[in-house]
Amino acid sequence: MCNEFAGGLIHFCNIYSIFDSFLPENLDWMAFMMAAISLAFAAINVVVMATALYILFERRVLARFQARLGPNRWGPFGIFQPIADLIKIITKEDTTTDIADKIVHNLAPIIFLSATLAVIAVIPLGNNSFLGKLNVGVLYIVAITSVNVVAIIMAGWADGNKYSMLGAMRGVAMLISYEIPMGLAIVGVILMSGTMSLSGIVEAQELPFLLVQPLGFLIFLIASIAEMSRAPFDQIEAESELGAGYHTEYSGMKFGIFQLAEFMAPLITGIVVTTLFLGGFRGWAWLPGELWFLIKVFSVVFVLLWIRATWPRIRFDQIMAFSWKALLALAFLNIIILVVEIEIFQDNLGSISLNSLILMGAINWVVTIVSIVFMANALGQSKLKRPKAQPSSLANMYAESE
Amino acid sequence: MTRVVDTIKVVELLEAEISGSILEHGQNELFVDPNKIFEIAALLKDHETLELGYLTSITAVDYIEYFQIVYHLLSMKFNRSLILKTNLYNRQNPSIQSLTRVWKGAELQEREIWDLFGIKFNEHPNMKRVLLWEGFQGHPLRKDFLGQEEQKI
Amino acid sequence: MTLRTEPITINLGPQHPSTHGVFRLRVTFDGEIVVDAEPVLGYLHRGSEKLAESRTFVQVVTLTDRMDYTSSMTNNQAYVLTVEKLAGIEVPERAQYIRVISAELSRISSHLMATGFLLNDLGAFATPLMYCFRERERILDLFEMLCGARITLSFMRPGGIFQDTPEDFWPALTDFISNFPKYLDELETLITGNEVVLARTNDVGVISPSDAINASLSGPMLRATGVEWDLRKADPYEIYDRLEFDVPIGSKGDTFDRYFVRVQEMRESLKIIAQCIRDIPIGPIKTETPFFVRPAAGDAYAAVEGPKGELGFYLVSDGGIAPYRCKVRAPSFINLTLLKEMLVGWKMGDLITIFGSIDIVLGEVDR
Repeated sequence: MCNEFAGGLIHFCNIYSIFDSFLPENLDWMAFMMAAISLAFAAINVVVMATALYILFERRVLARFQARLGPNRWGPFGIFQPIADLIKIITKEDTTTDIADKIVHNLAPIIFLSATLAVIAVIPLGNNSFLGKLNVGVLYIVAITSVNVVAIIMAGWADGNKYSMLGAMRGVAMLISYEIPMGLAIVGVILMSGTMSLSGIVEAQELPFLLVQPLGFLIFLIASIAEMSRAPFDQIEAESELGAGYHTEYSGMKFGIFQLAEFMAPLITGIVVTTLFLGGFRGWAWLPGELWFLIKVFSVVFVLLWIRATWPRIRFDQIMAFSWKALLALAFLNIIILVVEIEIFQDNLGSISLNSLILMGAINWVVTIVSIVFMANALGQSKLKRPKAQPSSLANMYAESE
Repeated sequence: MTRVVDTIKVVELLEAEISGSILEHGQNELFVDPNKIFEIAALLKDHETLELGYLTSITAVDYIEYFQIVYHLLSMKFNRSLILKTNLYNRQNPSIQSLTRVWKGAELQEREIWDLFGIKFNEHPNMKRVLLWEGFQGHPLRKDFLGQEEQKI
Repeated sequence: MTLRTEPITINLGPQHPSTHGVFRLRVTFDGEIVVDAEPVLGYLHRGSEKLAESRTFVQVVTLTDRMDYTSSMTNNQAYVLTVEKLAGIEVPERAQYIRVISAELSRISSHLMATGFLLNDLGAFATPLMYCFRERERILDLFEMLCGARITLSFMRPGGIFQDTPEDFWPALTDFISNFPKYLDELETLITGNEVVLARTNDVGVISPSDAINASLSGPMLRATGVEWDLRKADPYEIYDRLEFDVPIGSKGDTFDRYFVRVQEMRESLKIIAQCIRDIPIGPIKTETPFFVRPAAGDAYAAVEGPKGELGFYLVSDGGIAPYRCKVRAPSFINLTLLKEMLVGWKMGDLITIFGSIDIVLGEVDR
């Protein structure tokens, strides 16, 4: 199994061989298991600590957008702030409502977190450096992120609170609606690279797919912001103002797990977007691949944060209309254009030369801009034009006495 | 500059339509009969030379022998104002017709007067206390309200 | 097969991040649509009108600060104008110019808060709110130079103002009004052209002009429906008849108009302040009044155009040192008349937006 791979920083087979070397021969299933557990342990810890640091990063950057400082009291740049947050969350009382279904109530945050964490298993981190190599990595990602939906329904239902169930159902409606454009945008990537495996997609990106299919990138980015229920699509959480969000009745560490998963989502989204559209670990040779990976993930995460700081919330019916009318149509358009272009530009060996890629990219950029403008007008942006103000005849400030 | 309407003309107009409505008149204000206040208000609002369609404020004042209700009216079309005053002599259960159907802006202000003075407005759509809670005893802005006992919400 | 639905009543409770103060709203929803909305007021009722009857005419100025606490200067101005009308006191010109400058500064401050909080209600996560507050801090620094306090100012007295401006006030003021238009342009670029804001506020919560006049609305709410009525032009007080400025009006009467009228009013206020700085004379700042102001028996009503609407005082005096009756015509209280009509028929997500665009301040609603 491990014969054909070599090199790579984080590679299952390297670690397996380390364990295999000091265990007796017939116990190699134990070496397998220990390698798997240690890699999983390392990966989960790295991601969770990265999330904790990311929470601090988000608070500070949002604060700088708002012309104020963020948390900066403990440690240089407030580096130890996540520890303070953790202590606060752990020491809170863990309340449960009486009519709650205890098993479902306890399971919901765990499923939410596991679904988000499990995505990193298939991401290629560097050349030949990955945790697991799946032929259908993309399909796995789309499927695992759908498990979030189940977790939200469980959380909303298990409280026994009518309003949080309503909040959960609205959230689920939004999440399911946005999975379709997300999947269709990924179809464009699969068409171009010819394989569903993530390392194959990274290999196929001589020119990053951002430049070649910008429409697919935009659709995927917007759909994944909605999947994470982040601004500007966070109507279901901000509904805690009026109704109840699905996590109202949670407190203590269970709420902490929900928050952890919610803040892990932008990191995971950044990682997936990097792999699919930005070229993963590819980059010029003067930096190792893992570092390029980190830089790209960082920039995607920063853009997500920037969007959160700038835009107000969209109303719920407008969110649904946007997904079913605008994004779906644009996603179909993207696929059709890509199929036509691949037919034209593909040579007999089945690959596309760099010059053709650049030409495809140029055409696709023009198509993107034109279709977005057209779609905006078709969906009624012209209704937003405002008429000139005319003073009403009912009042006359300058009337003088007769 | 908002001037006052010509009160002499208004008195003639009102007496012609609704006799016995004006009790006295000054340069800026008219003292009217409280029983005819609804017809007077409707006439003042709809008459085409007056068009006093904007109710600036309704106030009540507690002169110990009587309550006086003061209406400040405004005509935005002609930029003219007028003050109407009526006296209510019944101190135990004062009441007067509500003008909500003439000017909708009277709704909340009349509720406030009921709340703080105890003057009931007949045919008001929602005659409940607005600033104090239901169950408060007494009407604070009356001059004989001492407010010594503590009231629990 | 029709589904049997039942409306549910939710209490938007007094403590709530979006209600601009302690305000309670009992809303009944049928699915997502609002079918009934009943405001419950009075959580901040302090009995200002009764308290005013046992304070001297000058002491009541401190009570008036605390009503519309986002713009204290206009409250003071309305009250002292009424006392001056009742007692027949003349005000020197320099005092009138300084009063107008401070009233316009507090109008800008109040509109900044209104805009920031409206955007916060829309969900823009406090970013525009922080920018508006940063600018408001500059105005509050100017107020601190004038009278030592930032929010509850008590700057005016019957007869004028209580102390003259310090020397470093005028350069700071000139500095402020030359920097503020750039900031307003930045705000407009971010917000007025933003599609999400437009989509959320266009045609939402519409009032017609005749309904607005019948319901005694005033201020930006009335002007957003298209009725051009501003007390500074219709019935000028102080020196407003010498100043040149426009009165912005809206075209449709929806939430976007109410926001946009406020932004344009901020620009007009800057024009007014610039003209005042140019024209202000040297002179006394207060006419001599006796320690206990005793107006002759009678009554008077005077109103100013406050940032929320027409703020008026009705004072009755019986010749004593305290008012016999002090009634406040509070614009935020009367602007709430049409709340139910504005909310019914809209969705849950629009509720907070429409309510935020009315721009009430509970100190004034409840007094």
